[in-house]
Amino acid sequence: MAIDKRVATAAEALAGVKDGAVVMVSGFAGAGFPNALLEALRDSGPTGLTLVANSATHPLSLTHTLIEAGMVTKVIASAARGRGQELSSFEQQWRDGKIELECVPQGNFSERIRAGGAGIPAFYTPVGYGTELGEDKEIREFKGRPCVLEDAITGDLALIRGDVGDRFGNIKFRYAQMNFGVAMATACTTTVAEVREAVDGAIPPVEVQLPSVYVNHVVAVGGEV
Amino acid sequence: MSALNRSQMAWRAAQDLPDGSVVNLGLGMPVWVSNYLPVDRDIFFQSENGILGVGPQADEDSQDRNIVDAGSRRVTLREGASVVDSVNSFAMIRGGHINVTILGAFEVASNGDLANWDARVPSKGPLVGGAMDLAVGAKATWILMQFNTKDGAPRLLKTCTLPLTAPHCVKRIYTDIAVVDVTPDGFVAREILATVGTDELRSRTGTAIAIAPDCQALNAPEISL
Repeated sequence: MAIDKRVATAAEALAGVKDGAVVMVSGFAGAGFPNALLEALRDSGPTGLTLVANSATHPLSLTHTLIEAGMVTKVIASAARGRGQELSSFEQQWRDGKIELECVPQGNFSERIRAGGAGIPAFYTPVGYGTELGEDKEIREFKGRPCVLEDAITGDLALIRGDVGDRFGNIKFRYAQMNFGVAMATACTTTVAEVREAVDGAIPPVEVQLPSVYVNHVVAVGGEV
Repeated sequence: MSALNRSQMAWRAAQDLPDGSVVNLGLGMPVWVSNYLPVDRDIFFQSENGILGVGPQADEDSQDRNIVDAGSRRVTLREGASVVDSVNSFAMIRGGHINVTILGAFEVASNGDLANWDARVPSKGPLVGGAMDLAVGAKATWILMQFNTKDGAPRLLKTCTLPLTAPHCVKRIYTDIAVVDVTPDGFVAREILATVGTDELRSRTGTAIAIAPDCQALNAPEISL
């Protein structure tokens, strides 16, 4: 049967997400947030989720709606500070001990996800050594430079946003929309990509930025270019 | 002249960026440095979200929600720019491919230790972003900050009191009243505001600071904020 990974709705693509799942969410600096998928995930209501997202508090990402709905018990992120003096929904639940936070330098964050997708269980890096974020990690010196051991991160579900997808699951991004999407897709058992447009034909091979092998479902959600 | 305003501080740091270099500018005042480049410098600005070649901010007509910098500003791309994913972006940063990063700071120690990511604000979530990766991975880390806190306390210290971003990473500090190098022998003032003088500079520094034999007057053109 001809491969066709396109599904009609975000809800269909996200049916059966289990309680306790590790969910990665792409997006950074206002680009690449899979907000249609996040709405559908909130509506489907799994609980006890671990959220792997660069920011837990970015105002343009709907990750906060999962947090407000009480569906998240752990966050792995490089940024978790709400804007202004008022506490964000994340900060309130974190302060109250309802959500555990693992704060990770952004490069360690992306590299841990990359490693997870590439079959590398852990790696050494100088980033974080000598800081609070490197405490309690194994230390080893390379060429006289102390490094910390960082574990890979893998997940059950990656939610990413692209520009164009095809029926094979190939994805093209628009400029800085790419950010964490590629690495997260490689590191999760199931990847759902929301795209502006899902095409009938195939994306030309040299234009594919995320190859089909990493993508399970493609949902066209429209939106501006 | 009186103490430099923030635009003048950004101007002063911009004058020292080498022609042909690749530079990452931190959020806040450091981003302003790109406004004051001397005309004879051809420089690529890198942003953590995956842009190599950030141009000026976009005007209303040419904004694209997917062409943004790490501070979520809608920007343009310069000639020769490229866009990559977060893994590749942090390979540039962590792999030593960035010549200079200019970051803000709370405190710098005389051994080059940097504290710029966690001011210990109660209940507010942490935000480390790419600061640790930049401080460790860039070939040179420069700091752009006020010489003292709002309360007049020193920021140049023997030992940082706030959580470290990275040990032994700062090479140079641009402030409103002085330009200071961090050397194996500690702080060395390279330029001091004429109206401040060496005695006042020492009294406003939290540890020993040497005056370079060829120390100059710190100057900047009139620039409004």
